[in-house]
Amino acid sequence: MSATMHEETKNASAPPRFLSVARNRALLVGGIILLGVLFLFGGDQWLTVVDFTLILAIATLGLNLLSGYAGQVSLGISFFMGIGAYTAAYLGGPPPSTPFDPNGLGLTWLIWLPGAGIIAALLGALIGPTALRLRGFYLGIVSLALVFIGQYLFSNARTLTGGAPGRAVAPPGFGDFTFASPSPILGITLSTNQLYFVLTLPILALSAIFIGNIGRTRGGRALQAVRDHEVGAAIMGVNLFEAKMGAFVLSSFLAGISGAIYAAYTGYTSPEYWSLLLSIQFVAAIIVGGVATVWGSILGAVFVFALPEILVQFSLLPQSASSTALSTGDLSQIFYGLLVIGFLLFEPAGVIGLIRRIQVLMHRSESKRKGGDPASEMEATEGTSREAEHASLPGAADASPSNE
Amino acid sequence: MANLVNLVFAGLALGCIYALIALGFTIIFKASGVINFAQGELLLVGAYVAYAGVFEWHLPFILAVLIAIAVTVAIGVLFERFALRRMLGRPVFSIIMVTIGLNILLATFVDVRWGSNIRPPATPFQIETGVKLGAVFFSAGNLATIAVSVVCCAILFVFFRYTRQGLAMRATALDQEAALAIGIDVRTVYALAWAIAAAIATIGGILLAITTFTLNTTLGDIALLAFPAIILGGLDSIPGAVVGGIVIGLAQELTAGYEARLPVLGHGFDSVAPYLLMIIILLVRPYGIFGTRKVERV
Repeated sequence: MSATMHEETKNASAPPRFLSVARNRALLVGGIILLGVLFLFGGDQWLTVVDFTLILAIATLGLNLLSGYAGQVSLGISFFMGIGAYTAAYLGGPPPSTPFDPNGLGLTWLIWLPGAGIIAALLGALIGPTALRLRGFYLGIVSLALVFIGQYLFSNARTLTGGAPGRAVAPPGFGDFTFASPSPILGITLSTNQLYFVLTLPILALSAIFIGNIGRTRGGRALQAVRDHEVGAAIMGVNLFEAKMGAFVLSSFLAGISGAIYAAYTGYTSPEYWSLLLSIQFVAAIIVGGVATVWGSILGAVFVFALPEILVQFSLLPQSASSTALSTGDLSQIFYGLLVIGFLLFEPAGVIGLIRRIQVLMHRSESKRKGGDPASEMEATEGTSREAEHASLPGAADASPSNE
Repeated sequence: MANLVNLVFAGLALGCIYALIALGFTIIFKASGVINFAQGELLLVGAYVAYAGVFEWHLPFILAVLIAIAVTVAIGVLFERFALRRMLGRPVFSIIMVTIGLNILLATFVDVRWGSNIRPPATPFQIETGVKLGAVFFSAGNLATIAVSVVCCAILFVFFRYTRQGLAMRATALDQEAALAIGIDVRTVYALAWAIAAAIATIGGILLAITTFTLNTTLGDIALLAFPAIILGGLDSIPGAVVGGIVIGLAQELTAGYEARLPVLGHGFDSVAPYLLMIIILLVRPYGIFGTRKVERV
């Protein structure tokens, strides 16, 4: 394929980068200011929600690479998060003092944090060749089995995992300095929540930049070709196995990292947390946010993980008069179910699509007021909305299994 | 030996319930190419409505069952009409997620309406009764499950084989465009598929509550074990769903009965045994035992 042709297709179909629109940059600045305010003045109640969301957004990005960009349905992300969590617990945990304690190597977090990602990625590489022979619904169902097999292993490999009750996870730290209690860093004392914020935000930012850039590389375009038409991509010379494995391993890596920080943050890991429900929430996050977009993953994580939490914690949901009827937990479940169905039916491009749509409307009314050239305005805006739509409509539903 | 016979019998009964749920999955999949992750919660809603009919509204058992079937059929048909039909041609995981969305709503509805307390199942007979032959105990619940499942399968067989609508459904499953071309109303076929799936899920739910002696909100989770069944039989094969369901039921009961003799397996091996079996099947025959192998064309 010649360079000019490549250039042409890029110009014709590259989705506009989210941040290349001035209003979106304004949104980003607004977001940064909001995060800054929450960091400084939010207090533990708000920062807990922020920290959880940042941590889970890392895994959401990983899943978006696999499901959004490469189009491989996976409900197995909570398994890889669990692997990350238990790897962190094992590598970082203290050596057992009684025979009943789970094993631990007592290593520093500088080893266990990347270690959690690497072990999860290795396991992904081990499972990938089997799982990725399957497609569509089949992969979805097998990845579902992975979650149950994972929970079974976590509750039975007692010397490593502490069995069904679970095991404690050591907080990150250097010597006396630990994330578990308020500690001074460069002369400023930060609370535990602030420390995790400082740890997680850069990791999330790096992952976001990484995934965003992958989407525009040769490999990333190969993934999207696989998603749009697998056989077509193979005929174009994409190595299907390599492309899918790459996405699978990278998404497992990010899930492992996310699981490790999550476990360290809560201080504990037990089998029941790494459940099918968690996996479903991640799939919901990438759908609600916007498939195959980096900002979509982050916004989706906010919608799915932070919003119900905020609604419950701050009792923003209407409290029913009688205590027997609707609890706030139930209401947040209903809200979450309706959110998923609503976005799928009415805005398949997710929150990102919604933002784009609003901007198109604003743009139109603005240009009408100015009396600008309506035709060229229309063209520009149509382009963006069609791109948004396109990003969310990968390929037709294909449920057949395949033998390579 | 008596132990083995007991386990096989219980496995057959459990397998029949899996087969009913798996039939629902397969019928919907054949008609419209959708895997319905909400099947388990349709089962749950059906079982609870039947409970409400018997214990809250004091209706005869049969009437309560009919009302339960009517409710779940209405949910299924309305969901197909107003949600799934708008999703035609969308990516697989969007379709999976919209059924999971329904799943969440139904589970929350049951939790809100009836709470998470364990309740007695609606049943036409004493659930503890049964027939004892030597050391082997055939419980009434399990006998009823097997009998009702056989009747359901027979009715479905007659329906697909001898009725006009059944023929229309088979034609649509074979080639949707050709079916449309000869004047089959595919929308009716979709609605019918959901109605049948919801009805047999409800029957499965009521039987499951009877055989496990209790009704609680985790009942729907059992439907996930119908996935190994449909993979085993082949996603698009109706006899496959029945055979797969029975194999999975037997595998689960037998591992549950004998895992204590192999301490290496640890706790809860019976709940993952079906999945392991499924993974092995997928490696050997990815299209299942009775499924059709698909040819790819560009």
